[in-house]
Amino acid sequence: MAVASVSPTPLLKDELDIVIPTIRNLDFLEMWRPFFQRYHLIIVQDGDPSKVIKVPEGFDYELYNRNDINRILGPKASCISFKDSACRCFGYMVSKKKYIYTIDDDCFVAKNPSGEEINALEQHIKNLLSPSTPFFYNTLYDPYREGADFVRGYPFSLREGVPTAVSHGLWLNIPDYDAPTQLVKPRERNTRYVDAVMTIPKGTLFPMCGMNLAFNRELIGPAMYFGLMGDGQPIGRYDDMWAGWCIKVICDHLGLGVKTGLPYIWHSKASNPFVNLKKEYKGIYWQEELIPFFQSATLPKDCTTVQKCYIELSKQVKAKLGKVDDYFLKLADAMVTWIEAWDELNPSEGDSAELANGVGKLTV
Amino acid sequence: MAQVSIQDSEIDIVIGAVQSDLTSFMEEWRPIFSRYHLIIVKDPDLKEELKVAGGFNVNVYTKSDIDRVVGSSSSTVLFSGYSCCYFGYLMSRKKYIISVDDDCSLAKDNKGDMIDIVSQHVSNLTTPATPFFFNTLYDPYRKGADFVRGYPFSLRNGVACALSCGLWLNLADYDAPTQALKPGHRNYRYVDAVLTVPARTMMPVSGVNIGFDRELVGPALLPALRLAAEGKFRWETVEDIWCGMCVKVVCDHMGIGVKSGLPYVWREERGDAVESLKKEWEGVKLMEEVVPFFQSLRLSKAAVSAEQCVVEMAAAVKERLGPVDPVFARAADAMVNWIKLWKVAGSQTAVA
Repeated sequence: MAVASVSPTPLLKDELDIVIPTIRNLDFLEMWRPFFQRYHLIIVQDGDPSKVIKVPEGFDYELYNRNDINRILGPKASCISFKDSACRCFGYMVSKKKYIYTIDDDCFVAKNPSGEEINALEQHIKNLLSPSTPFFYNTLYDPYREGADFVRGYPFSLREGVPTAVSHGLWLNIPDYDAPTQLVKPRERNTRYVDAVMTIPKGTLFPMCGMNLAFNRELIGPAMYFGLMGDGQPIGRYDDMWAGWCIKVICDHLGLGVKTGLPYIWHSKASNPFVNLKKEYKGIYWQEELIPFFQSATLPKDCTTVQKCYIELSKQVKAKLGKVDDYFLKLADAMVTWIEAWDELNPSEGDSAELANGVGKLTV
Repeated sequence: MAQVSIQDSEIDIVIGAVQSDLTSFMEEWRPIFSRYHLIIVKDPDLKEELKVAGGFNVNVYTKSDIDRVVGSSSSTVLFSGYSCCYFGYLMSRKKYIISVDDDCSLAKDNKGDMIDIVSQHVSNLTTPATPFFFNTLYDPYRKGADFVRGYPFSLRNGVACALSCGLWLNLADYDAPTQALKPGHRNYRYVDAVLTVPARTMMPVSGVNIGFDRELVGPALLPALRLAAEGKFRWETVEDIWCGMCVKVVCDHMGIGVKSGLPYVWREERGDAVESLKKEWEGVKLMEEVVPFFQSLRLSKAAVSAEQCVVEMAAAVKERLGPVDPVFARAADAMVNWIKLWKVAGSQTAVA
């Protein structure tokens, strides 16, 4: 039985890092100050490393530009994208915290239908600290939310849920559309506030957007590689998508949950759809091959850690997607480089926690 | 996306009358229901005379009709209690059926407007479902929404939606233990979303507020799992949960969709969860067997229609669940009998 939460949400201020990729400026942080100031920020500066990114006063942060990334990773820096917000995953790697929240620099505080400002970070923490329910769909959405519960017919043996690895938030105002949709509907704004959090069921893939995303780094961090995008690469704007498909396959395999829904942020900037189209267009074709690949990907039983799962996945990418384009051969290698770099920078963690596969007899 | 325009004459509203006086219920729903044809089926166990409100285009079926169609009065147990609505599904000849419990009333949406559950269910059923990939902005066919970045284009046509599962404000459809533990617990959260329940994901379908495409899946909405101590409150039944899983397996197999979310109805107090809890644990226990069975059930390529799917499912139920509990063996038989009955009384060519 879900227990109504009456205690306040823990701040986790010493257990959570906020990772922000930026190439412009960090003015948006002023609006987030009441919510972010107590947390440590990891700023990943993309583009020209000689540019000085000014961080607003009063924030505790570490900042990495391309020179830092090259210095820290050496030759392994090749796996970190340049001129693409995919570089943010470097921040995940250098973080020493249990939880990560990542947000884009054109995302602002949204208001709920009552006109109150939404503390997105607090909602993500709630999502991550309460279980997920991937094995059976609850028609009243997240049963652990205050005011909700499991509905009639929901098996009691599944009501404990599984640990939540990822909390995927949404966006009001400019929706996260691809370039073709943006071109057809340039004026469409997302004004619908859907007051729900839900677990994405096991076996179902989704398009993960990195604009407003939180995850348990200890549970899934090594799988949050955002791929090879941007400068010198044939594709862009698929970094978070790639990571999302990988983490979902791995979460399904390890019996972890992925939630989507609240919180909303206010997405203010619509990027240029023609620029986007150039970046995405290969992805639009390739995803027709990628989706069936991920949908049918299975991992062997002996892949009991995230790193093992990820290395195995990289082998399958090489074997099955190499024929789609040589890019995937490079990407598969980069996936391995990423894991090597992760383990080098996070030696005391060892392999991420081994987890029991599933919960009782009702997992399929 | 352009909406297919549906005639009122393609829709039946089916109400299972578990209480005898439906006049205030019908008055409450008159603004929404009066333009449609209604089928009211009286619970064959109800002794009192059925009272209905005037001014509706309605067919009422009672025990004698059920006896006549089914052929024997022992079979009326199939349609006792909440299961009487299935007789209405059998008798209907329309494409779309909307069914709601007789203790539900009109709810208001988050703008304060009355919710027209018929038009919302029909909208859900006449816009495509997207079971093969999750759209994070929920139903992409709703006004103001679309497929998000990363959604494969080849999947954007969607598939037909066969079942629309609505929700409930006030008294949510919780089981007896949950409601008994939190007697004051009410659902006031209006979630402004419809979404497709992904393929191969099982769910508990509540019969309290549904719409479905009878042409596509009619035979799969069936009364089969009858508890030994089944009662007249939803807390004392699981027939709709069983039926919903049958429909989900059929839809997954046929590559069509099931949606969940809007519309909401307002569900009233009726009965006592603690009393129901004292009486009925069986349903809760049976779910532990039922869910893994349906999750792993796969049908053969030979099953192409809903009827064929049900027949295969019935055989699997008999073989795999029959030995676990006699209630399942009876359910399997009921499923087989239902399909026979459907062929005789439910098909388009049968005389209503």
